[in-house]
Amino acid sequence: MKKKPNDLILQTVTTVISFIIILFSINLFFAGHYTPGGGFIGGLMTAAALVLLLLAYDIKTLNTILPFDYRLMTAAGLLIAVLTGAGALLFNEPFLTHAYDYFDLPLLGETSLHTAVLFDIGVYLVVIGITMTIIQTIGESE
Amino acid sequence: MSLLHLAILLPFIAAVFVPFLFKGFRSIHTGWFVLLVPLALFIYFIQYMPVTSSGQTVSQTFEWIPSLGINFTAYVDGLGLLFALLITGIGSLVVLYSIYYLAKEKEALHNFYVYLLMFMGAMLGVVLSDNLIVLYMFWEFTSISSFLLIGYWYDKERSRYGAQKSMLITVFGGLSMLGGIVLLYMMGGTFSIRELIGMSGELMTEPLFLFAMILILLGAFTKSAQFPFHVWLPDAMEAPTPVSAYLHSATMVKAGIYLVARMSPVFAESGVWLWLVAGFGIFTLFWGSFNAVKQTDLKGILAFSTVSQLGLIMSLLGLGAAALHFDTLDENMYMTATIAAVFHLINHATFKGSLFMMAGIVDHETGTRDIRKLGGLVNLMPITFTIAIIGSFSMAGLPPFNGFLSKEMFLTGMISVFELDLFNLNTWGILFPVLAWIASVFTFIYSIKLVFKTFLGKPQFDKLPKKPHEAPIGMLISPLVLVALVIIFGFFPNLLANSMIKPAVESILPSLTDAGQEVYVNIYFWHGFQPELFMTLGIILTGTLMYATLAKWQGIYNRIPERFTINGVYDRGIDRSESGSFKLNEFVMTGYMRSYLIYIFAFFVAILLSTLGIRDAFAVDTSNLAEIRIYEVALALVLVAGAITILFAKSRLTSIVLLGVVGYSVALFFVFFRAPDLALTQLVIETVSVALFLLCFYHLPEISRKEERMKFKFGNAVISVLVGVTVTLIAIASFSNHQAFESISQYHIDNVYDLAAGGNMVNVILVDFRGFDTLFEICVLGIAALGIYAMVNFRGARGQKR
Repeated sequence: MKKKPNDLILQTVTTVISFIIILFSINLFFAGHYTPGGGFIGGLMTAAALVLLLLAYDIKTLNTILPFDYRLMTAAGLLIAVLTGAGALLFNEPFLTHAYDYFDLPLLGETSLHTAVLFDIGVYLVVIGITMTIIQTIGESE
Repeated sequence: MSLLHLAILLPFIAAVFVPFLFKGFRSIHTGWFVLLVPLALFIYFIQYMPVTSSGQTVSQTFEWIPSLGINFTAYVDGLGLLFALLITGIGSLVVLYSIYYLAKEKEALHNFYVYLLMFMGAMLGVVLSDNLIVLYMFWEFTSISSFLLIGYWYDKERSRYGAQKSMLITVFGGLSMLGGIVLLYMMGGTFSIRELIGMSGELMTEPLFLFAMILILLGAFTKSAQFPFHVWLPDAMEAPTPVSAYLHSATMVKAGIYLVARMSPVFAESGVWLWLVAGFGIFTLFWGSFNAVKQTDLKGILAFSTVSQLGLIMSLLGLGAAALHFDTLDENMYMTATIAAVFHLINHATFKGSLFMMAGIVDHETGTRDIRKLGGLVNLMPITFTIAIIGSFSMAGLPPFNGFLSKEMFLTGMISVFELDLFNLNTWGILFPVLAWIASVFTFIYSIKLVFKTFLGKPQFDKLPKKPHEAPIGMLISPLVLVALVIIFGFFPNLLANSMIKPAVESILPSLTDAGQEVYVNIYFWHGFQPELFMTLGIILTGTLMYATLAKWQGIYNRIPERFTINGVYDRGIDRSESGSFKLNEFVMTGYMRSYLIYIFAFFVAILLSTLGIRDAFAVDTSNLAEIRIYEVALALVLVAGAITILFAKSRLTSIVLLGVVGYSVALFFVFFRAPDLALTQLVIETVSVALFLLCFYHLPEISRKEERMKFKFGNAVISVLVGVTVTLIAIASFSNHQAFESISQYHIDNVYDLAAGGNMVNVILVDFRGFDTLFEICVLGIAALGIYAMVNFRGARGQKR
């Protein structure tokens, strides 16, 4: 029988910190086209936040907070990435050709929108999906 | 992307919805929804008929991977359209038939129709694409979907065996074909079939021409079940009967025929092509028909019969290739062979399709396909009997059905071999009409046997698992449509002459029509007292005699020992390669991480060091060195200290922490050298992997005393030192040589903003410039994650079974 662990400080800090990390990771993800970041790092960062939650609590608690099927997330990410690539075919462009343009958006002002972001969302989801699948699988097994 | 492309891809798109339709509408048979797809496509493709019959073609391109010359060019000409109509037309009938054949309560219909639609789309892609790589991709899709369909009842051992066999043989051929395609690209510089046809004369002088031809033919022969690759087709009969009717008689096996017809203009200038195609074809015809007679399973007879009929079409195509040696159309008798090939292709699809459906009906209503148990069904199943008798009389080449007409033309073609004084065909050529005649006799025998043993003779209903009765009307519609076509084409053979046959022949023999001449197709029903008519009379007489005395000479089939059959060779080959792979696996995969690392590192060192040596690439250049700052030295010391301490760590926890030290130090180096993306990635990866180690830490055994005092191993030491040396040498060499060639980074620096409007080069490379790499990388990651999931979760399940 294991002793009840004393990790009150870790848990309290984690609840706050993990949100900051996730927000930071989203920032990293969107900033990726111009400054360091992007789907890969953003995804890893989010996964790191989840891992932190997982260490502070446990797998079961994490599953009740964020009831995701991470294998499904991986598949969805792959699908998004492939479909973004295939989307170019509809416009008679080669596979994985990206397009961008500048738009005037309310609040944001002039913003450039890229189809590459969609592809990156796929990468982002795949990275979170596989990291969490691996960690969950190994963590849950006896 | 045009409507034509969408039409080819429609079955794939529809396949996505099938599982939802199956789950959402349990009360309606999923086949009804699926039926709409081939019907719509058939109507769509019919519209192209006026275009192709006036001698025009339609070509639509969209760029896929233009930098590699891979473009999806949909190309509709007479030959492609003929096949497209066969695929969608027979496809509609087969789907309709399957609705009654497969019960919606018991069968996994969603799987079945997904595979079937996938196959249909793949087949359309094969016959309608001009680019060889795209054709190859669809070609392999047909292999995969046929594998899935043959193994549809995967809990039966025979199904799995048949599926594996067909997969191994056809994929082997497919890969050879890919080799041939690559060789053609090397010679011609294009993947486009039309462009290759244009330069066929120059191609012939290339040394690799023959090699490319043989590789392409391997693909065609394996797919179309030519001797000796025909062994997979009879085993493929484990698939549900609609599949057999569709894939293994009307369409997929004809992909090889299609390929030979399509590539004829490229290769046919060479005499080797004629010999190979016609030779293998005629022998397959003989061998298939000879073996069909000994079968006792209805579908077994039909399978061998298909093998032999495919050989017949193949031999005609081979002979027809001789037509390309003559420039004029007048008196060009070898063109007749091509016309016969195309005509028989259509006829075969109609009568063989109906016969397979007939076999399915008999199986469905009596519970067996064994002709030794069947007999006397004629009174109980009169409609099925009618279908059977028309179908098989057409197959036997009896008047007044369409099979008679194409058989007569086939005999004409074979007799014409004598007239051909090219390539010494007049000496060995005698074999062609002789083999053709013998094969026709056997064809007659098995066709008669198929009907008479099943429907006539003494009824023995007590041996049947079910009480036989006539099939429901829905099941009879499709074969009735097909036999109606058999009769119509028999009485009005020229119905198709100008609309279908002529355009197809013109696309097989393009050089003949270049001069503005037209192929003249006119199929006679009565062609006078020609030698072929007497040959037919001889076939009927001899066949009847031999059928009557079947019991007396049947013994010769048992004389062939099992050891020497191709099936035996295949089985032994599979056995040996399985046990061999198992032994190799035992030897290489020890289960210890350290052995695998030894292989990887040894290989790494050998390849890189030898490359450095051979290329004489090692150089030391100490000019232009950056100054070393004190904190860099400190960091390097920490890194080295961390790495060395791992070797002496006494517990796993210590080693994990030390590994973290090494990783973070490397990340800091990235920070120093201004690679923030790399640094970020490295930091997060380090964090996640340490967490991962800690997670499984609990389950890992303690480092044992034995390992702690592990002996100094000379081999390991050598490898580790060599790895270090290699990496160092490469680092020095790459620094010293960096002026030797231009760096690719300049291209990215110049274009990153203009082409992708991005400021972060790393990310732009990842998503824009090399998006394909990223796509494949995330695929690899996904596969790795699934692998870990499967290994960890199903480890227990397998252990219990043992």
